[in-house]
Amino acid sequence: MKRIRTYHELEGTDRSDLGAQVGAQRERIEARLLGVRHVVAVMSGKGGGGKSFVTAGLATALAGAHRRVGVLDGDLHGPTAARMLGATRDSLEVSEESVSPGLGAAGVRVMSSDLLLAEGAPLRWKEPSHDRYVWRGTLEAGMLREFLSDVRWGDLDVLLVDLPPGTDRLDALVEFVPRLAGTVVVTIPSDASYRAVRRAVEVARAASVPILGVVENMSGYRCRACAAEGPLFSGDAGARLAVEADAPLLARVPFDPRAQGAVDGGSAAAAAEILSGAARALIARLEAA
Amino acid sequence: MKFLCVDCDAQMSFAERELPGDGTLAATFTCPTCGRTVAMLTNPMETQLVASLGVQIGGRKVPEQPLELTRSAMEGGRPDAFAEEKATAPGHPRWDDAAAERLERVPSFVRGMVKRIYTDYAQERGIALVTTDVMDRARRELGLEGM
Repeated sequence: MKRIRTYHELEGTDRSDLGAQVGAQRERIEARLLGVRHVVAVMSGKGGGGKSFVTAGLATALAGAHRRVGVLDGDLHGPTAARMLGATRDSLEVSEESVSPGLGAAGVRVMSSDLLLAEGAPLRWKEPSHDRYVWRGTLEAGMLREFLSDVRWGDLDVLLVDLPPGTDRLDALVEFVPRLAGTVVVTIPSDASYRAVRRAVEVARAASVPILGVVENMSGYRCRACAAEGPLFSGDAGARLAVEADAPLLARVPFDPRAQGAVDGGSAAAAAEILSGAARALIARLEAA
Repeated sequence: MKFLCVDCDAQMSFAERELPGDGTLAATFTCPTCGRTVAMLTNPMETQLVASLGVQIGGRKVPEQPLELTRSAMEGGRPDAFAEEKATAPGHPRWDDAAAERLERVPSFVRGMVKRIYTDYAQERGIALVTTDVMDRARRELGLEGM
């Protein structure tokens, strides 16, 4: 039987060259982020910890400290960042090579699936109706990639990437942005949160992503009337995670109904006030690295 | 992916890619020695797997458009999510009524991207007026069947 030459024995080029096409996608990200000094992921191992609240507060606090800030909402299925930052739903301008980001109230540039989806529409794909599980994750990673590579981020001091609950999107982000400066880890005080977020910290460690700091959210309850603080959850997850991650506890943030209500209404100013110290510590850490 | 004509022991050349619109893909390859042509037919799952990566079988013929994958694959997008920047370059091709009408039938969410692909095609070839014939030619040459 005639011997069939192998792929590598054929000298001609592979016309599709899928590897090169994927490589070009990575180069596109690198080129787009040339003007971004620090890319920082905001992550948690679980949902409901107020990660997006923390992201909006940090972003607005950094903007208030005259830093140029962008927020990429990596929570493609539960996008909240654009509205929390007060970005309007004006049409995004498309040029030959890029799409303009939305603009938040404090001048924070933001990209979110919320800006693209019709009101109330869930994120869905036009893929064949069967075996969707096979490529859904790939499509979502592709969307994250395009948010990085195709949005006109311009010159930024910090691009915060608000990751969804869980850990898998961090892996994708690390592949797309190998120079990721690190991650801010958000937890609530409870032991259940500690256990979930600890897993996320391990994922970050395994991916060699520095833990820049821990924010413990909902560390008590701040009275709407008198601003006195009382307990909300038991536990000290923030402090324990900070020790284990060898990272600073950037802030313990009380649940403040006024700040939460304002953020839900598109103003992160009160959240920024609460997180201003954390923002200062974060920027100091980034600039010291 | 490479194709080898076993009889001639020669690498076959990529000839054409077609998207019949049923989720499948056909790519043809021709042997430069004996002229034999074979077609690689992928089923919807295989086609989707490649499409999900934002890459193209046969190589990319037009530059990647901004948010190309998102805009073409996402369902439930806002019709007014994107606004095309006004073209200012001289020599920007005009669209005749029939071509414009056909373009109007493209889902609004991806219309701007599709328009740019045809516009780029026309500009690169010095075509001043985009007609349905130009669109058909572009679809064949660029492997854009279904757009």
